[in-house]
Amino acid sequence: MKSLGNIRRSFAPWTDPDAKPFITFRNVTKRFGDFTAVDDLTLNIYHREFFALLGASGCGKSTLLRMLAGFERPTSGEIILDGQDIAGIPPYKRPVNMMFQSYALFPHMTVESNIGFGLRQDGMPKNEIAERVSQMLKLVKLEQFAKRKPHQLSGGQRQRVALARSLAKRPKVLLLDEPLGALDKKLREETQFELMDLQQELGLTFVVVTHDQEEAMTMADRIAVMSHGKVIQVATPAEIYEAPNSRFVADFIGDVNILDGKVSANGNGKIELAVNEGFTIRTATANGPTPGSAAGFAIRPEKMKVTRAAPADASVNAAPGEIWDIGYLGDMTVFYVKLDSGKVVKASMLNALREVEDPISYDEKVWVSFGETAGVVLKD
Amino acid sequence: MNKLGSAIFSRLVIILPYAWLLFFFLVPFFIVFRISLSTTAIAQPPYEPVFALADGLSGFFGKVGQFSFANYIWLTEDALYLNAYLSSIWIAGVSTFITLLIGYPIAYGMAQAPRTLRPTLLMLVILPFWTSFLIRVYAWIAILKPEGLLNQFLLSIGVIDQPLIIIGTNWAIYIGIVYSYLPFMILPLYSALEKMDNSLIEAAKDLGCPPISAFWKITFPLSLPGVVAGCMLVFIPAVGEFVIPDLLGGSQTLMIGKTLWNEFNANRDWPVSAAVATILLLILVVPIVFFQNAQAKAEEQGR
Amino acid sequence: MSNWSRFNIVSVVLGFAFLYLPIVLLVVFSFNESKLVTVWAGFSTKWYVALFNNQGLMDAAWVTIRVALLSATIATILGTMAALALTRYTRFRGRLLFSGMVYAPLVMPEVITGLSLLLLFVAIGFDRGFVTVTLAHITFSMCFVTVVVQSRLLSFDRSIEEAALDLGATPVRTFLEVTLPVILPAVLSGWMLALTLSLDDLVISSFTSGPGATTLPMKIYSQVRLGVTPEINAACTLLIGLVAIGVVIASIMTKRREVQRQRDEQAAFAGR
Repeated sequence: MKSLGNIRRSFAPWTDPDAKPFITFRNVTKRFGDFTAVDDLTLNIYHREFFALLGASGCGKSTLLRMLAGFERPTSGEIILDGQDIAGIPPYKRPVNMMFQSYALFPHMTVESNIGFGLRQDGMPKNEIAERVSQMLKLVKLEQFAKRKPHQLSGGQRQRVALARSLAKRPKVLLLDEPLGALDKKLREETQFELMDLQQELGLTFVVVTHDQEEAMTMADRIAVMSHGKVIQVATPAEIYEAPNSRFVADFIGDVNILDGKVSANGNGKIELAVNEGFTIRTATANGPTPGSAAGFAIRPEKMKVTRAAPADASVNAAPGEIWDIGYLGDMTVFYVKLDSGKVVKASMLNALREVEDPISYDEKVWVSFGETAGVVLKD
Repeated sequence: MNKLGSAIFSRLVIILPYAWLLFFFLVPFFIVFRISLSTTAIAQPPYEPVFALADGLSGFFGKVGQFSFANYIWLTEDALYLNAYLSSIWIAGVSTFITLLIGYPIAYGMAQAPRTLRPTLLMLVILPFWTSFLIRVYAWIAILKPEGLLNQFLLSIGVIDQPLIIIGTNWAIYIGIVYSYLPFMILPLYSALEKMDNSLIEAAKDLGCPPISAFWKITFPLSLPGVVAGCMLVFIPAVGEFVIPDLLGGSQTLMIGKTLWNEFNANRDWPVSAAVATILLLILVVPIVFFQNAQAKAEEQGR
Repeated sequence: MSNWSRFNIVSVVLGFAFLYLPIVLLVVFSFNESKLVTVWAGFSTKWYVALFNNQGLMDAAWVTIRVALLSATIATILGTMAALALTRYTRFRGRLLFSGMVYAPLVMPEVITGLSLLLLFVAIGFDRGFVTVTLAHITFSMCFVTVVVQSRLLSFDRSIEEAALDLGATPVRTFLEVTLPVILPAVLSGWMLALTLSLDDLVISSFTSGPGATTLPMKIYSQVRLGVTPEINAACTLLIGLVAIGVVIASIMTKRREVQRQRDEQAAFAGR
């Protein structure tokens, strides 16, 4: 069986038409004065899903999260959690908890009382609180820091306290606002996997807001790419990367070359595009725009080959050019190839060997080429 | 606690201080104004009320005809009051200017001090503020009087051979105001200067601007909000100052705060002192609004 | 640091000399044997003895302390509320008037505030005395509290309040358990400020006080008008001493907390 991005998923309730969504945003709009932060947005999130809201700052992802937490009320539309419309319920009565970007630890309380804060609000008996708190401390491996105050902890430890505090009440949904934003790169990578393990172990629904695509790609089951208060695409990380549904998503996630042209043929599961760069692209796709209509073609740099010799069949998916610039990144080398039309495309090659005989150099005449499944056609 | 409780709680936070200030700060001004329109009586209280609260609105309009602007006319006729207002503004203005001249280098020096030293310096500026204002003014009497410490010192080093007469003159008042209000000048100046990025000056020098001209072209304009705030904080209260002219000034010193006090306590002429206060307030409205705008702007920036 | 030029150092040193010399002289001459305040005649503490035997001054001191404690406490409550109202509710009817009434007393000449309050008390037929002085002090000092607390609230991380709400605390419990403890240092320093303003006030007290409610500054003022005496020097020195002790204790506590904090932080990073 073929699969996008060579990942096989067993958990995919969104593909099951009978599955009931756990959280539903239905036609939700949020305005702040003249500014529309969230614009008529509809979205389903499923039970036990690790769901990421990804977008640049100001795209409305945080507002969406804050509406789920109850800090903002939607201007119109409804938010349904586990079958109940929660739009009018204040934050302190909602079965969701949030991990804040700044962690928002109470500076005057110890780690212990920070974690137990929510339980005390519920009037849980003292001994049960103590027990739950020590469970949580164990879960985040902070047993020996129970009596410390937040300022006596390192950044990573604070992040874990915030996590433990938001999990202590066993919420139905955990909301995470840029959970790893304040950590350094190395710690961030470690913590990503810890969060994923934790989510699996506890069987909770996680909704995470992030502007870091790598973070979203690594952790999430599905990603919603947002822009200007709207969801542009909701899909698994592999689908988002390999089959973006729009120029915006293709451009937003990772590196991409976009070539514009006109559809010249469509049939037998294949589309042919005459691109402005003066060559023909043939790509395998089930359905696509009709011949004559304008379309774009998106291809990732790592899916293009750079060779000195022309490929065997140079009539399609190949174009001659000249090396314009070379970026050596260690694990890979990026070639910027100036096609004869003047457009510069990016092609990257993995540096699998330490030493290369006669490498390609500046100003050389080369060919770029790619296969029929290497890129996607973007409807305009 | 329920939603209703929270709503009441948030209302209370606004209403309680609001009501307090309305009743104890704003209403009294209207009473001052009202009494300034009534006539003096030998009674307790020593004025004929123009209208009582019990009269209601109809009573108010009925008695508008009885308003007497006699007190205000009196103020314009007696040169004493006009001179007192003018001399208060003059004295406050001169003192504010001297305070700025002295305060600016101090604030600038503090802002340039090593980072670790700054909190200590700041505390040293604030500290005198915690000691009694009256005591600080009082301390100057012993220094400035003819047989006082300053004259003793100057005589002993031979700078002068006659004791300087300072106390009882405007010079003593300038010294008193400058001394008492200096921290109010330094603090806003310091906070404006401390925020300033030193690389701005470096950039100016790098572009060929000599240090002194860099100061006038970069540092000073950027510190203007602090200058304005500091000057307002000194000038406004100084205009109405009473303790300093009373203790350090002489009998010929004219300042409106002192005039008002005397009118009220010695002459027991309440309507006239109310009129004096009303005009003083009108004079100060402009700088006060100025100050509030600056304050509101600072608040906006802090947000 | 190279930026700290000689000019800077000289101006700071001279400035501080100007600020502190009069106070130092006053303290020194309170220990003067001679009745002539300005002529040194040997060390003596006899003026302190005389001070404590001066019943009038002692009574006034007691009145002052009571007024100060009461007015500072109420002013702190009202001032904190006003600060919350100004920072948390950016729009409500009459906000402009409200903020105007908060900032105006900061610069209002005391003679005007004092006179207007007196006329208010007379107009409503309130006998002048302990209560009126206290009310007057609350009114002018609460605005200073507001400014102090407000500046803390502006740098306050609102997300910790949201976190408390999110974890199930009602708004009232959030305020009591999270907001108040965090802004407490600012509230306390507002209280300290209100206390010293009240202890210090002469003009407003003189207008609003009545028989039997003479405060210490009023007493000192009436004696100073008669001339400088070593007894008043002694009284002033004691007041300065009290304030100095308070300030030293407060700064030692802050320093200690700071040192502890740094140590903790180092420990946290070492143990990571």
